[in-house]
Amino acid sequence: MSGLAMPKPDDATMRRRAEIVADMRIIVPGEGVVDATNEMRAFESDGLTAYRQLPLVVVLPETVAQVSRVLKYCNDRNIRVVPRGSGTSLSGGALPLEDAVLLVMSRFNRVLAIDYPDRVVVAQPGVTNLGITTAVEQEGFYYAPDPSSQIACSIGGNVAENSGGVHCLKYGLTANNVLGIEMVLMNGEVVRLGGNHLDSEGYDLLGVMTGSEGLLGVVTEVTVRILKKPETARALLIGFPTSEQGGQCVADIIGAGIIPGGMEMMDRPAIHAAEDFVHAGYPLDVEALLIVELDGPGVEVDHLIGLVEAIAYRNGSTTCRISQSEQERLSFWAGRKAAFPAVGRISPDYYCMDGTIPRKELPRVLAGMRELSEKYGLGVANVFHAGDGNLHPLILYDANVPGELDKAESFGADILRLCVKVGGVLTGEHGVGVEKRDLMPEMFNQIDLDQQMRVKCAFDPNHLLNPGKVFPQLRRCAELGRMHVHRGQVAFPDVPRF
Amino acid sequence: MTTFTPTTPSEVLSTVQWATAEESPLETVGHGSKRGIGRPQQSEHTLDLSKLTGVTLYEPAELVLSAKAGTPLSEIEKLLAENGQQLAFEPMDYGPLLGGTPGRGTIGGVLAANLSGPRRLKAGAARDHILGINAVAGRGEAFKSGGRVVKNVTGYDLSKLMANSWGTLAVFTDVTFKVLPAAETEVTLAVRGLLDDAAAAAMALALGSSAEVSSAAHLPERIAARVAGRALGADAATLLRVEGFGPSVAYRIAALKTLLKNAGPLQEISGEASHALWRDIRDCAPFADGSEKPVWRVSMAPSQAHQMVLTLRMQIGVSAFYDWQGGLVWLRMEEGDPEAGLLRGLIRKHGGGHATLVRAAPAYRAAVPVFEPQAPHLAALSARLKAEFDPKAILNPGRIAQS
Repeated sequence: MSGLAMPKPDDATMRRRAEIVADMRIIVPGEGVVDATNEMRAFESDGLTAYRQLPLVVVLPETVAQVSRVLKYCNDRNIRVVPRGSGTSLSGGALPLEDAVLLVMSRFNRVLAIDYPDRVVVAQPGVTNLGITTAVEQEGFYYAPDPSSQIACSIGGNVAENSGGVHCLKYGLTANNVLGIEMVLMNGEVVRLGGNHLDSEGYDLLGVMTGSEGLLGVVTEVTVRILKKPETARALLIGFPTSEQGGQCVADIIGAGIIPGGMEMMDRPAIHAAEDFVHAGYPLDVEALLIVELDGPGVEVDHLIGLVEAIAYRNGSTTCRISQSEQERLSFWAGRKAAFPAVGRISPDYYCMDGTIPRKELPRVLAGMRELSEKYGLGVANVFHAGDGNLHPLILYDANVPGELDKAESFGADILRLCVKVGGVLTGEHGVGVEKRDLMPEMFNQIDLDQQMRVKCAFDPNHLLNPGKVFPQLRRCAELGRMHVHRGQVAFPDVPRF
Repeated sequence: MTTFTPTTPSEVLSTVQWATAEESPLETVGHGSKRGIGRPQQSEHTLDLSKLTGVTLYEPAELVLSAKAGTPLSEIEKLLAENGQQLAFEPMDYGPLLGGTPGRGTIGGVLAANLSGPRRLKAGAARDHILGINAVAGRGEAFKSGGRVVKNVTGYDLSKLMANSWGTLAVFTDVTFKVLPAAETEVTLAVRGLLDDAAAAAMALALGSSAEVSSAAHLPERIAARVAGRALGADAATLLRVEGFGPSVAYRIAALKTLLKNAGPLQEISGEASHALWRDIRDCAPFADGSEKPVWRVSMAPSQAHQMVLTLRMQIGVSAFYDWQGGLVWLRMEEGDPEAGLLRGLIRKHGGGHATLVRAAPAYRAAVPVFEPQAPHLAALSARLKAEFDPKAILNPGRIAQS
């Protein structure tokens, strides 16, 4: 683990491990408790594989009552808990702790209700993202957010991370597509937020739960909105001699009032890696490749394809192909979708970053990345959700070369600092987790972070749920709650008047 | 009784710090256009944000706009319209319903009340479009959350937490919203003469098609006469709005006509007539009668709402119309009593949801919970959040919950 400090294991908990395991077996009978080292190995890491840690014990509950009892048990005894869905987090959100129960929600794997007139699906949190679409696609419906791990990632994990995907430019993130959840607080209380209706009756706790990275509660049920599949989808594959021209094309498409279903950009190293891997027919003599997908009724798609083609031409595109068949559309995507494994072929390891920037800053950020690439002596390939400014630089390194992982992480941190500097953010869709935790002060001052931690204090005042994630420094809630302004000491003895 | 009228965020901070130190409650207002919603307040002082104004950032190509919290919504909407853009969530104007002047309200108030309109169905509410805020928490600390980009999961989304908080957690100083292109063309298809249950079925059919209906409302008989200057006549009208590029709108309207050919007589409404229609539905114009008759705003599952209304009608006199495919019910209680217990009980029996008493005489608003009471664990959690952000309870105390 390269220099990442996690909360110090609690000795009292470690000493009571056997007793805790036995008690967990009482709460979750049968096969639901895993404590053998070799069996726990499967859970020692998530999608951020550079970090590994065996948990205290793995618990796989099957009922809400079991989740509630596990959490209450742990809360009463000051035992930490790390929740986990499918374990696909790219930021270490589900990284176990040595002294924490790993609460794995994968047995909550049933779709509970499908309501076509109201267009909602109620699912248990362990159902995969794609599993929701699979459940409704025979009626022509789908669930819109489509993170690239959608075959594996769970809908509960999507709520925890506010997952996005290629289509969120037009159809929104998880937060915009979830109508309700049931969750269990660390003290064991079961709370329902929202339902199959819109908006909250009070504070938007559903909004704050979405993207809270498993620090506030454990989701036990999710209600999502489903949509009718668009009649058609077609894509354009457009090459540009410079990334500036590609970036301007993106701005002009949006400026023309067009919100494509997907709009992805790749830089030269990513184009070449992808083409070598899947032979998608990508042009190799361009610096930027843009995939623009338009979906909707055929007449609309045809109309917009004409507009986008003209905009691309005005911006100096050197190639522009328009998909003439579903097969061709999929071939345009094949390279983009295989970009990560393709980069994996040209480098022993790669480290995927996730900053978001204002779109217009793309040329400046790409130039900055080239400089950093030289400084660190590591290559970088870029894929970019161009429509919403979400960058995924892939830093190429070799973990077997001593020091290269550290170098890749420093390079990545510098990229994220650059994103913040140009008005962007540290993470667009992968989450803070442990990965970007210590970079939070780049974006937030202590007062900003204190307000976020106060939310945590309202949900989990003892910092027992997923500690060591998101916040660079844990402050005790009692200390945070103290008022530092006292009557008579304030700088405004008189009523201020403006 | 003092009214503070800060013109800068640091003056807002000073005021809140002073009030916290003095433990002296503040009523936060922008234009006061929604002051009649919530429990009546008796705060000692008023924090008036109407002079904290100005659009600070607008980049149409980046689809982003930032403004000081007291900036008039009308000014922002005008600026966006000049650039062919809009707030896609279509924030409603409570002015007409509450007997005030139309066209008032600030951008901060839009977020504090989580406003939306008929397009809520497809495009979401203010909560879905807020990208970031600067605010002063009740404990007297200025903070920021979020940013100016759409894809952002860095830290907790406090902007969403503040949506629908009615000024009880923090005072916004700046807000940043996602903006979107305005539709080039808008056409509304009306199905005439349907009863509520048939209308619910027609709307579900339309929304379950790939016609990308952006709004769906049902105005029962007589209510239909109270919108768009009686342009619709008095027959019940079930309205489906289709927006987008011309050729696409024409195609989708044709598809809807085929789909609904047996539902009832069809009528097409386009251009300014269509805009006027949806503006009146958005602003609850049918009940903007200058009276204090109680009006409820109810959100529930679309397929359940009309059944709830039917049961309610068997017991008391109500007028009702529906937006959001039927999931938003506007109710006017014709006998003068809000009947909160009866209504909320029926909502629970019909799958749940929530009801807000958006208009009633002050005596009723003091006696009846204006906002839907929460289940005990959730109410306790909300109270803990309030205490974290506003430990001295100086921001709009009692507006949402009795305290």
